[in-house]
Amino acid sequence: MDYQLTEEQQMLVDMVRRFVRTEICPLEDNLDPDAGEIAPEDSERLKEMTKKMGLYGLGIPPEFGGPDVDVTTQTLLSFEMAQHRAGLYNPCYNVFGGAGLAQLYEATDMQKEKYLFPVLRGEKSSFFGLTEPSGGSDPGRAIQTRAVQDGDDWILNGAKIFISGADHADFGILFARTSEDKTRNGVTCFLVDTDMPGFHVRRVVHTLRSTKYATEIQIENLRVPKENILGELNKGFAIANDRLSRYRIPYAAGCIGVAMKAQEMAIDYVKIRETFGGLLASRQAIQWMIVDNEIDIRTSRHVCLEAAGRADRGDDFRTEAAMAKLLGSEAGGRVVDRVMQIHGGYGMTKDLPLERWYREMRIRRIGEGPSEVQRLVMARNIIGGSFH
Amino acid sequence: MSIRLEKPFQALTPENIEPIQGQLGVYQLADAKGEVFYIGYAGGRSLFGLNGELKREMEEQSKGTQFRCEVNMQYISRYEELLMLHKYDFGELPERVLSEYPYKIGVLSPGN
Repeated sequence: MDYQLTEEQQMLVDMVRRFVRTEICPLEDNLDPDAGEIAPEDSERLKEMTKKMGLYGLGIPPEFGGPDVDVTTQTLLSFEMAQHRAGLYNPCYNVFGGAGLAQLYEATDMQKEKYLFPVLRGEKSSFFGLTEPSGGSDPGRAIQTRAVQDGDDWILNGAKIFISGADHADFGILFARTSEDKTRNGVTCFLVDTDMPGFHVRRVVHTLRSTKYATEIQIENLRVPKENILGELNKGFAIANDRLSRYRIPYAAGCIGVAMKAQEMAIDYVKIRETFGGLLASRQAIQWMIVDNEIDIRTSRHVCLEAAGRADRGDDFRTEAAMAKLLGSEAGGRVVDRVMQIHGGYGMTKDLPLERWYREMRIRRIGEGPSEVQRLVMARNIIGGSFH
Repeated sequence: MSIRLEKPFQALTPENIEPIQGQLGVYQLADAKGEVFYIGYAGGRSLFGLNGELKREMEEQSKGTQFRCEVNMQYISRYEELLMLHKYDFGELPERVLSEYPYKIGVLSPGN
């Protein structure tokens, strides 16, 4: 399989790399090391630039106004967009826009008018409410939030946890159990406005990362009209599952991008840092760390691009996406850890981005499905069956 | 566990600041009546952490100002949480915060 970039892909990669290094990184020099946002005026200025580059709204289907960029090219660009301090959880501070909730492209016309189009115009923001205190790895069975029909409405009660962006969102997707079926077949997806009575963001859930922090939601007698059901009754889990598979590719790409940048930092550093009368680059212990980094980066990058290529061809990419997510998040963690080791004391400081990447990268082995669940997904696809 | 910062206020004086170490964290300033008029943090670029930030505040604030602080490695998300709580409790952010914080603030409804 040939992963030689096309001329156009190489041009786009170079353009985004230059953008990150000349526009994003200098702004971070003046921000707090844990900052998650840039000044609004910088954000607007940079969005104008990405629009002129023809890359604003990557991930938005062309028929909805997005640039016609395939998944492979988006993945190559995701490697680049992550290569700055905040890049793991806020690549380029979102100045390339985003697709929002991909599920909304399948919404009814009325739902698109109320929710999708305002998101695409940048007027509304959203959240994805799946995980509950009862568990997130097996959401189809763990969901305890209940929705009970009352005339033309549904009344929702329950709680969600680890939900990013709910405190800033205008609306979100909430999954609730709508039948006595205790499996994934009894779950329905609802569109919920955050100003509806009964919707509460109770607290910030503080974790290893500060940016894009998670929240805990409580839902008390939240009345939702039946028109707000997204997709079909009792078939909401398919919507969740589709999102989980799709999102694994850019999620992996972010980890790999950070690993690539960390490796670049390590290579630069070992060529100038001396110990015991010689450069670090001349020490076999260091050389092996650099080589192990390269192996981690190339293998995870290869699988990530394979998943993207399958998605572009319309092939089933669930196994490859799960493998990419597992490899990317675990390899990323190992690479950042080695690069910290190479940098010694400086690697631990907030002067360098490594300590932030180290904390945030640890979350990546859990977020969007832990490594163990990725293995379960792959085993299910490779062997067949669901092993109850 | 309460998510509000509920320690008692102390006078913003050299002797009260001295024991506070150079750690990362958040702090609140209040007037003599105990009404919070500023929420800040000592982040990764603060020289001497909370100790340094509170010393700086002491030089700029009027007599009678009080403070309370919390050591917290996740100072950004805690800071934003305190801002949201203040807005929930009082309807708006403190004036000085408004002039420094150009971002959209989130909405919490934590109950009482």
